[in-house]
Amino acid sequence: MTIPLLEARGLVRSYGATPALRGVSLAVAEGEIVAVTGPSGCGKSTLLHCLAGILRPDAGEVTYRGRRIDTLSEADRSRLRRSELGVLFQFGQLVAELPAVENVALPLLLAGVSRRRARTAGLSWLERLGVADVADALPGEMSGGQRQRVALARALVTEPRLLFADEPTGALDTIAGEQVLSHLVRLAGEQGTTVVLVTHDPRVAGYAHREIALRDGQLDPTGLGLAVVGAPAAWAGPAAAAVETAAVAETDAAR
Amino acid sequence: MTAHVLLGLLAGGPRHGYELKRSYDEHLPRARPLAFAQVYTTLARLVRDGLVTPAGQDQAGGPERTSYAITEEGLAGLRAWLTAVEPPAPHISGTLLAKVVVALFAADSATARDYLVAQRAAHTGRLRELTAIKADPATSLSDVIALDYAITHLDADLRWLRTTLERVAAHTREGSG
Repeated sequence: MTIPLLEARGLVRSYGATPALRGVSLAVAEGEIVAVTGPSGCGKSTLLHCLAGILRPDAGEVTYRGRRIDTLSEADRSRLRRSELGVLFQFGQLVAELPAVENVALPLLLAGVSRRRARTAGLSWLERLGVADVADALPGEMSGGQRQRVALARALVTEPRLLFADEPTGALDTIAGEQVLSHLVRLAGEQGTTVVLVTHDPRVAGYAHREIALRDGQLDPTGLGLAVVGAPAAWAGPAAAAVETAAVAETDAAR
Repeated sequence: MTAHVLLGLLAGGPRHGYELKRSYDEHLPRARPLAFAQVYTTLARLVRDGLVTPAGQDQAGGPERTSYAITEEGLAGLRAWLTAVEPPAPHISGTLLAKVVVALFAADSATARDYLVAQRAAHTGRLRELTAIKADPATSLSDVIALDYAITHLDADLRWLRTTLERVAAHTREGSG
């Protein structure tokens, strides 16, 4: 069996006394688009942050291409994120003072690419995402959908092997969101990029090849978001009496 | 319904039966394709009722073809159809609703869980399948409109399913606590 591109074993992470992840294991193969789903507070954002090396888990391990990354130094993790990983957040987090093309070129400049080449690459990514016309506009002058497509261009400009997206269309209307997602899925397919997409929206999860559902900091193999507890009773014993909610954290610990 | 869609297509100008069939399939690509026989029986009925009238024939090299035009009465009929609102709650007695209720209140919990898990998987699988077609840039606008209709309904079913489980759980907790 080939080594998965990304693998997590027994991830545990708490915020103070509040557990956000209670032992999550998963594997993502190269080229897959995986949706991590679940209600708010289920730990999906925390999981993404641990997988992307943004957060360090309290216990468990994360391996990327067979190599532990959760134990790397902060500097090494930053280097890895810059060269191999891309991250797209709900609010693209563009630099407000820089025009679109310079926002997209930024990761290349940080990696030591010359100004001119970084700008050319930035423009070509804006073109691939259908937003070349706003290349010289500041983020504040763009629509939400344009901003998010520019942010996607910036996440892809380094041609990462693995892209993380956390509710990438959460702030957009339906059609603008769809444009971002279809670009994301198409470009990932073209580049062979593996994608881990966090969402609570079934329509967004529909863009993925596979779903990993979380509930209360653990994998939810049923995807139902609730524990329907098995009881031996026959037809006389209604299942309703055995449906139990999981103890969903009151606050979305990941925020 | 077919009659009114044909009237709608004829509102743009006279057409042959064959053109009508093609245009129908193009605009409603996810509906069952319209059979030729149905086009002609529907047209015959519309002509009989004075909503459509034969408007000349041509023979341009092929077999003789009659084109049809919408009449004033036909336009009035089309307007009346579009004025009548569709009942907004068509799904309130669906089989899915009945099955989930029976699963939750009559079945043993293992059966209920297995059914709910399988139903959810079937819904998400279909949603994924339709989304892939929709995301393909080659998919036509009419297709995307029809796919959106289906995807939005699947999404609604999935949200309703989750809410129902939460509601039943909350009710059970209150009842037993």
